[in-house]
Amino acid sequence: MKTNKKFTGRAIKRDFKKNYVVYLMALPALIYFFLFAYLPMSGLVMAFQDYKPKLGMFKSPGVGFLHFQKFFNDPFFFRLLRNTLAISFWELVVAFPLTIIFALLLNELRSKVFKRTVQTISYMPYFISMVVVSGMIIDFCKSQGVLTQVVKLFTGNEQNILSIPGYWRTLYIGSGIWQGIGFGSIIYVAALSGIDEQLYEAAVIDGAGKWKQTLHVTLPGISTTILIMLILKIGNMMSVGYEKTILLYNAQIYETADIIASYVYRKGLLEFNYSYSCAVSLFNSVINFALLIAANHISKKVTETSLF
Amino acid sequence: MREYKSVPRTIFNIFNIFVFVCVILLCILPVWHVVCASFSDAGWVLSQSGIIWRIKGFSLKGYELVFQNRDIVSGYLNTFFYVITATALGMVLTVMTAYATSRKDAIWGNAIMFFITFTMMFNGGMIAYYIIITKGLNMFDSRLALILPVCLSAYNLIIVRTAMKGIPESLIESAQLDGAGHVRVLVSIVLPLMKATLATVILYYVVAHWNSWFQASIFLRDRSKFPLQLILKEILITGNVTTTITGGTSAKASDYSGDLILYKQTVKYCTIVVSTLPIFIFYPFIQKYFESGVLIGAIKG
Repeated sequence: MKTNKKFTGRAIKRDFKKNYVVYLMALPALIYFFLFAYLPMSGLVMAFQDYKPKLGMFKSPGVGFLHFQKFFNDPFFFRLLRNTLAISFWELVVAFPLTIIFALLLNELRSKVFKRTVQTISYMPYFISMVVVSGMIIDFCKSQGVLTQVVKLFTGNEQNILSIPGYWRTLYIGSGIWQGIGFGSIIYVAALSGIDEQLYEAAVIDGAGKWKQTLHVTLPGISTTILIMLILKIGNMMSVGYEKTILLYNAQIYETADIIASYVYRKGLLEFNYSYSCAVSLFNSVINFALLIAANHISKKVTETSLF
Repeated sequence: MREYKSVPRTIFNIFNIFVFVCVILLCILPVWHVVCASFSDAGWVLSQSGIIWRIKGFSLKGYELVFQNRDIVSGYLNTFFYVITATALGMVLTVMTAYATSRKDAIWGNAIMFFITFTMMFNGGMIAYYIIITKGLNMFDSRLALILPVCLSAYNLIIVRTAMKGIPESLIESAQLDGAGHVRVLVSIVLPLMKATLATVILYYVVAHWNSWFQASIFLRDRSKFPLQLILKEILITGNVTTTITGGTSAKASDYSGDLILYKQTVKYCTIVVSTLPIFIFYPFIQKYFESGVLIGAIKG
């Protein structure tokens, strides 16, 4: 650290005298994050205990890594890991590129008014609550629902879609795209508008057509944004949003729908296995953290773009 | 200009417009279906399969039932209370902290920021959080659980902080030379210069609090404290018919028994409209600002 010089005793004293008002302004936020983010981290102790609410965290007996062993030998361990990663994988492979393509195509629209209209309307679903979106999905998936009727056209099957494991991932990813594609594209549209117009003019003079321009000017122009978003996505591979899952899944489709977070919720908050679910949750957080660090590190090495 | 006319180009343009017309339809149709069904005759809605394109047999009976439902009315009021208090508190904290950490001469600024951003990368998880909030901080079944632990978002803080860093230092220094303290500088110099960012962040907070249900579902047991989304969850997801029509007053359920089956579906559509309308009214006022807001957050986020 080259900045260490400013942390000498005298400098600290002088800085505090001069800026104490500034630090006073940050104090409530520090207390906030201490109470609601760092204090819960201390609760992870439960993962290594046989936590009893009556005894509390200080008196509950310790059990070492027992809960972790139990989880690794859990018959559902593989299924949970597979489902969690599968959802992330398909989101990465389908939703992520589609959002970029959406932004690229939007950028090609010549009519300003039409472009604005598309943007305004495609952002809307993002602001609809997850409860309402899930309620609509349930409605569209019951046997006379819109989606079921579409499926019926192809397969002749009129069964409720939410009871068929094979459709869950498509439904999850598809509804996610519906809700998020417009809003997710904002960041790319902004990056696209930041590309220097002269680069396109130079490309045209060199005889590049539209396709070549896209390949050699547009994509390199937004590659930093794409990479940063990719790092974030990979760093969040293990933290699939659980709200939609908890709202929509049922025992019939656990086979594909049950993910680590929903399992933690069920075991911990519905069945009160606090210690066990806390261990599962810790396992999840640690892998997630490692993935984020790794993705960031690789990106830094390969492309000199990184989050931190 | 990079525009030039050719046949493949024209074909592409037409194809592109076609794609976006489809996108618009896909975004609007589900919402259109819900709105039309909510105003239509309940019997007709039940007999339909597939998309409902139009209103048939205009009826407001569904809405009447929704507004007779005590849970929905109290949920509405509770949500307004949670949204207003949490957003106000959150904005004050966000702005203060963003200002403090964007002062270049304060040597602990980056350390404070690290303390905050680390919580975005690692957290205690759902169970530890639940135990600490309920057992450690004693907020079980308390309205505070829906305000205090969720009012400040590290992500929104970064957006505001980045915008503040873009304000020329000379403006702040000259105000300080005139004798203005930090609070004065923040309120009369900095904040008026970043209205777009503030509007964006307020929108984010309001939408997040309006739509939040999970926090309430794990911490609250007393129905009179439930926010709207939790009531909605019972009606739309759990499909509790009695709750849907009568608002939990089971004594009255028999009076409605004829209507129960008939109106169950219509009432669902009406509650969706009633609960989502405020956000859709609020959003266009702020929309013109928030693209710039998202971009600012993206640079550093």
